Amino acid sequence: MTPILTISHLTKRFDGVAALTDLSVSVAAGERVALLGHNGAGKSTLMKIILGLIPATEGSVTVCGAAPGSAEARDQVAYLPENAAFHPALTGLEQITHYLRLRGQDPAVATGLLDRVGLGHAARRRIGTYSKGMRQRVGLAQALIGRPRLMVLDEPTSGLDPVSRRDFYTLLDGMAADGTAILLSSHALTEVEARTDRILILSKGRLMATGSMADLRRAADLPVQMHLTAINGYATDIAAALPAAIRTGADLRLTCTQGEKLDLLARITDLRPKLADVEIVPPSLEDIYTHYSKRDGQ
Amino acid sequence: MIRRILATAHVEFRIALRNRWVAIAIALMVVFSLVLSAAGSAPTGQLGVDALSVTVASLTSLSVYLVPLVALLMSFDAVAGEVERGTLPLLLTYPAGRAELLAGKGLAHLSVLSLAVVAGYGAAAVAAFWTDPGAAEGLPALWRLTWTSVLLGATFLGAGYALSALSRRPSGAAGLAVGLWLGLIVLYDLGLLAAVVADKGGSFTEHVFPRLLLANPADAFRLFNLASAQATAAAAGVGGAAATLPLWQSALSIFLWPVAALALAVTAFRRVTP
Repeated sequence: MTPILTISHLTKRFDGVAALTDLSVSVAAGERVALLGHNGAGKSTLMKIILGLIPATEGSVTVCGAAPGSAEARDQVAYLPENAAFHPALTGLEQITHYLRLRGQDPAVATGLLDRVGLGHAARRRIGTYSKGMRQRVGLAQALIGRPRLMVLDEPTSGLDPVSRRDFYTLLDGMAADGTAILLSSHALTEVEARTDRILILSKGRLMATGSMADLRRAADLPVQMHLTAINGYATDIAAALPAAIRTGADLRLTCTQGEKLDLLARITDLRPKLADVEIVPPSLEDIYTHYSKRDGQ
Repeated sequence: MIRRILATAHVEFRIALRNRWVAIAIALMVVFSLVLSAAGSAPTGQLGVDALSVTVASLTSLSVYLVPLVALLMSFDAVAGEVERGTLPLLLTYPAGRAELLAGKGLAHLSVLSLAVVAGYGAAAVAAFWTDPGAAEGLPALWRLTWTSVLLGATFLGAGYALSALSRRPSGAAGLAVGLWLGLIVLYDLGLLAAVVADKGGSFTEHVFPRLLLANPADAFRLFNLASAQATAAAAGVGGAAATLPLWQSALSIFLWPVAALALAVTAFRRVTP
């Protein structure tokens, strides 16, 4: 399948300072890709280049087979900026109607779009009276216009409460199932893990890692922690059997590499009669993220 | 393309309504026009021309200040405001091109300005007909004044958009707009007057001065309306110079300036990086 978005050897410099360096990525139809990185890692710059708002210094970007920002590309790409802003004097309904007209779509579907993002009740109020979360929903509603082939979403869930976030990802799942490629940036690692197919980690303008969360977890090979709880009185026995464990009262803590994990579990299983509980704590998303984003010797 | 321009014009007109720009512009033009026609109705008897022609001569002097001012006030925010609100990046990812966006805004703002001009001149015309039943003689001059005022407004709308795109901040754009108004409308004429006085009827007054008048859209507007009006004598200032220039030259200047200003605005807007 031909990818919707192809980026090859992209470099962007602002006055000689590199914002993005030799970045190559492609996103296929129906794929949900998350872009992670610190503030200033180059996420927004990358998005602006994909949208054709700023030119690349080197390398090439193709969006739906066209140059970024060309009329053909703009027809098929939807964008949700980080802080979606609109004219405060217009109502939500007027704003969405306007966006529909600009895309050559039927303005009558505006009410339906606002209902889909849960803004139906406020459609006739001015955007100036909206909360940040409501403005974000207006932004989302306009991004849904006309079945885009690529959605570029800059921190789409910032300002949304947990329930709205879940609704938002459900909407995205529907779009992806219909073949829309989705590229979104986020700071919320937990939601990104469950709701995207692939993760790109960007640090100082370089692509540090790419793959599903499971791939990244495996490749990072970060230590696994195990918490053992001994049955009363057996803590000493277990500590003797597992000399690497750190004991605090009846609890014991063990750290091992991914490769040692199964062998260690087998040894723990042998101690079954003396154990009340075993808990395995995989490296957290934050650990994995930190691992990749600091690989550059930070 | 037309559909997208109309969509932008539609929404911009609605914003102008909400921001009271429509009401402000109309009230401004009506009040000033009525005050001028009341003040200008006194000399009718001595000059032997109809009341409307005298009113048109007064309105010409008024519009040359007011129309550019209102146009600049409406336009200085067009690009800089979008940049400041943070609405520009999203707008530029839509299929509408930058020229289309400016054309839509221009269409809306020009409609507001036209409404204000028609309301103001209309009120003055009604007042003229009320005092002088023979005022119908001045109707062609009033019509000429109306369409040239709209074109003058278009020129300064374009100039306002260009300044808005160049400065990228509303406060900076407002400052530039006031500067442009002062420069082109007030100081330009003062400078020319000083030069003519210093020249004492030499080659500057003969050859350069008329060209410089044509080069300024506001002066061209004044020349055209005063030269073609019967009431030249009722107006002071550049009226004398108006007689020496053929009418088509000032008309050409009036038609070319809006095109040039809008082209300049589009060029400046294309250089804005969101």
